[in-house]
Amino acid sequence: MEPVNEENPHGHADGALADAERAKVEAHLRAHPEDAAPVEAHRQRNDALHRAFDAVLGERHRLAVGAPAQPRWPRWRFAAALAATFVGAVLGALLHAAWSPDRGETGASVIAPQAAIAHAADLPEVRHPVDVAASDEQHLVAWLSKWLDSPDAGAVAYRRRLSLAWRPAAAARRRSWRCAGGPFHVRKRAGQAAVAARAARGERKGNGVPVLAAGATNVIDWIDGPPGYALAEQINREELEAVSLVVYWGLNRERSFLAAGRLLSRTSGLRRLWVHVKGADTYLPRP
Amino acid sequence: MPWFSAAAVQALVPCQRRYARALTGNREAAGDLTQDTLERARAKRELSQAENSLRVWLFTVMHGVFVNRLRRWRPTESLDALDFEGGEQRDAAASAEIASAGRDLRRVLASLPDEQRQVVPLLGLEQLSCSETAEVLGMPIGTVMSRQARGRERLRQLLDDETPTGRGCGG
Repeated sequence: MEPVNEENPHGHADGALADAERAKVEAHLRAHPEDAAPVEAHRQRNDALHRAFDAVLGERHRLAVGAPAQPRWPRWRFAAALAATFVGAVLGALLHAAWSPDRGETGASVIAPQAAIAHAADLPEVRHPVDVAASDEQHLVAWLSKWLDSPDAGAVAYRRRLSLAWRPAAAARRRSWRCAGGPFHVRKRAGQAAVAARAARGERKGNGVPVLAAGATNVIDWIDGPPGYALAEQINREELEAVSLVVYWGLNRERSFLAAGRLLSRTSGLRRLWVHVKGADTYLPRP
Repeated sequence: MPWFSAAAVQALVPCQRRYARALTGNREAAGDLTQDTLERARAKRELSQAENSLRVWLFTVMHGVFVNRLRRWRPTESLDALDFEGGEQRDAAASAEIASAGRDLRRVLASLPDEQRQVVPLLGLEQLSCSETAEVLGMPIGTVMSRQARGRERLRQLLDDETPTGRGCGG
């Protein structure tokens, strides 16, 4: 058979030719019908490949947003839903308000501001860690409010004992994450200090006075069933979106904070995934 | 880097998963491969060229990840089923026929040598051109063409062996 196209002999059947090239090939095939059979055979093989694999495109998998009972979404709806997830703030605010324990206390309570607070409160400094007993609530709230420069923020941060912080180096210890109401673990980093309000149990260390880190903190949040998630970091929005894509994917695939934290760390060097844990028992890392 | 946005990448994830499935042969491995590709693409996004197709570049990244961990993702006999959803218009027998043919093809594709299995789906499934495929795989166009020819021929032989009636194959 005379080659239909020197550079791309199967390009016509593969649908990979530009219009002009395709027209040329079709003219050739009309003039030389004997060349059409191999092209047709090639096309049929491609069709068979598509029949064998195209189901992946519409396959329900753990990336599916929200309603797992949804039998099947057309592709465009699937893509739209994923896009909506990253826009997320509006939907997140509405859904979150429906079940948030902070409803009514902070008005339109959303994850994002809390995450920003938790983020500011969770820039660790290994050299000058501080610990304050959880029983000293008044003291802690006042302390947090001062550092966070907001009375509301202090109270929220205190309630967010349930918030979780991811630190790769301490991965093993994080396995004990529970809503244990354990002591606040307060840490400070040179120049960028903060309070870590989290539920890690039994960690008590020295003293320090954090101040809020400078720079804008971006937050991306989303609701996925009972738990809501938020990523907060001092990076630009675009970069944070890219990180959130990876974390979102990992969370939905692995259903595990540990896995998401690992992804976050591997992907971006970011070390914190702030997670609102309402109803999240099933999502806690498996021991 | 406006061409590298989460939304743009997200829109390409289904095709990435499809190629990953063709490469690895099962859902979990394809998920891992896609996940690692996304991570690597994010980390290396400054290496993508604005004028190049993001789609082609993502395939390039996936190829790199796949080659790096070839052993881990080598297709095994654990090729899993790929359900056809949304086939409500088809009658049951036709669906079973199609599903069976799909299984055959996936099994045969998985039995191809790696270098042929990488080429065939990029051209025939993802409809990349030979030059784009050469870019993805980092090899000359001539090599792409010869591997595709050998892979196609092998597919034909294997499928003809398994299905004497030549079901779903035109030659």
